[in-house]
Amino acid sequence: MADNVTPRIRVPREAAAGEVIEIKTLISHQMESGQRRDGDGNIIPRSIINRFVCEFNGETVVDVTLEPAISTNPYFEFTATVPESGTFTFTWYDDDGSVYTDTKEITVS
Amino acid sequence: MRKVLQRTVAAMALGSIASIAMAQDDGADLVINGEIEIAVRAPAPAHMSDTGIDTILSGWVFRSDETRQLEMDDFDNPAFLAVDQGLEAWNTVEGTEGKSCATCHGDVEESMAGVRAVYPRWNEEAGEVRTLAGQINDCRTNQMGADAYAYDKSDMTAMEALISVQSRGMPVNVAIDGPAADAWAQGQEMYYTRYGQLELSCANCHEQNYGNYIRADHLSQGQINGFPTYRLKNAGLVQTHNRFRGCIRDTRAETFAVGSPEFVALELYVASRGNGLSVEGPSVRP
Amino acid sequence: MTFNRRQALVMSMGAAAAAVLPLRLSAAIEDNIAAFTGGAAIGEGGITLTAPEIAENGNTVPVSVSAPGATAIMILAAGNPTPAVGTFHFGPLAGEQSASTRIRLAGTQDVIAIAQMPDGSFVQASQEVKVTIGGCGG
Repeated sequence: MADNVTPRIRVPREAAAGEVIEIKTLISHQMESGQRRDGDGNIIPRSIINRFVCEFNGETVVDVTLEPAISTNPYFEFTATVPESGTFTFTWYDDDGSVYTDTKEITVS
Repeated sequence: MRKVLQRTVAAMALGSIASIAMAQDDGADLVINGEIEIAVRAPAPAHMSDTGIDTILSGWVFRSDETRQLEMDDFDNPAFLAVDQGLEAWNTVEGTEGKSCATCHGDVEESMAGVRAVYPRWNEEAGEVRTLAGQINDCRTNQMGADAYAYDKSDMTAMEALISVQSRGMPVNVAIDGPAADAWAQGQEMYYTRYGQLELSCANCHEQNYGNYIRADHLSQGQINGFPTYRLKNAGLVQTHNRFRGCIRDTRAETFAVGSPEFVALELYVASRGNGLSVEGPSVRP
Repeated sequence: MTFNRRQALVMSMGAAAAAVLPLRLSAAIEDNIAAFTGGAAIGEGGITLTAPEIAENGNTVPVSVSAPGATAIMILAAGNPTPAVGTFHFGPLAGEQSASTRIRLAGTQDVIAIAQMPDGSFVQASQEVKVTIGGCGG
């Protein structure tokens, strides 16, 4: 597991049914591209988050495939429609097999 | 004598350059999260009266729109990942004394309000000027019985960022007189000393040529009110002494060490050139 | 205009290089695009790519893509060592088919966005982003 991987997520706490809301996510991760070399000239192997999924009550909002060209501390901003109250689940998949998740609740009036 | 001459020449040269440099300030204001007003320009402090600079400008003013945007919202600002980590460290017990920062200092928002704005400053007990990083390590080793943080690595910058946030928006106000005066004078002398193969002093770029381009970089006034800063180049927080090292290395000189008395003095002087600007850290810079 | 032998040699080497290089770059991009589109023709319009004209640092360049109604949008960086940057697949609960992220660009180059529409068609947009490198900022 990469060290110190902390996610930050911004989701509004409330929304109207069917409203389009904005979601921002940020996660600390080096996103080692596999292009850099260390002091001895050896390639530092690639180690990135390769996939990010946001779901709401089990349905997909967005599923992102990440390549090494995504910057360190991957940031995504996207939108969702919320038909009802429930839970957003955010999942990041690391090359090394680790999976990072977080959730946010939202109340829909 | 030579310094006075240098500065007089610089001031005369700047007279012509100043008008061009001022044209670089597009007058934009910085408000973070829609609520925190950051003074990115202010009248130059009295001690800069013969530098030819009337208005001091934060580095933010010199950046492109996209870079500026990254700092205007704490969520968009990647430095806040480190602030979160700093907060965790604040509440974590470490060291032989079984304390965390919170044990003595309580809530960081209350105890650290205004602290960053007055650093570096003279520490009476220690008999020296201390930087924020120096003071953090002093607390860790002497009060907590914990290992000192590496001066410029991510643990330290995260803690500095956390503490900077508590002074955000407050005017920088470092003391340059009294017991700190010697260190301040030393820092001032360094600022105007040419270093390295390229024989450049801080003033050559940041006082005489701010607003101009050096190769592809848009020169700022070299203010440090925004430090520690999230540098896009490093995709991580960078600290004042790191930047000093980088600048001196870019003149192709042997540079001083982070945490060295020379850099502490320089940091005090450079901070004082920003007296009046708001504490902006952690900021975003390219 | 007459050229001496050296000039003629340099010019022909330059021309040969110019003929070879773009082909090599676009081969990798062609593969990425073919994998995404399955060889279908790509149209224009209905997709917006927002990127800075000049990126102050190539390490972190904010970009946004938007294609109302799209099922997926792929971003490519034509001048990077590997052109693939990322692909956004929009699910049923996506609000608008748009997303923003930050990417690495190795140098001045075209950034390309291709959207897949529900009827199987594809549209693309591209923009050149200038990436400044070097100066005393280090």
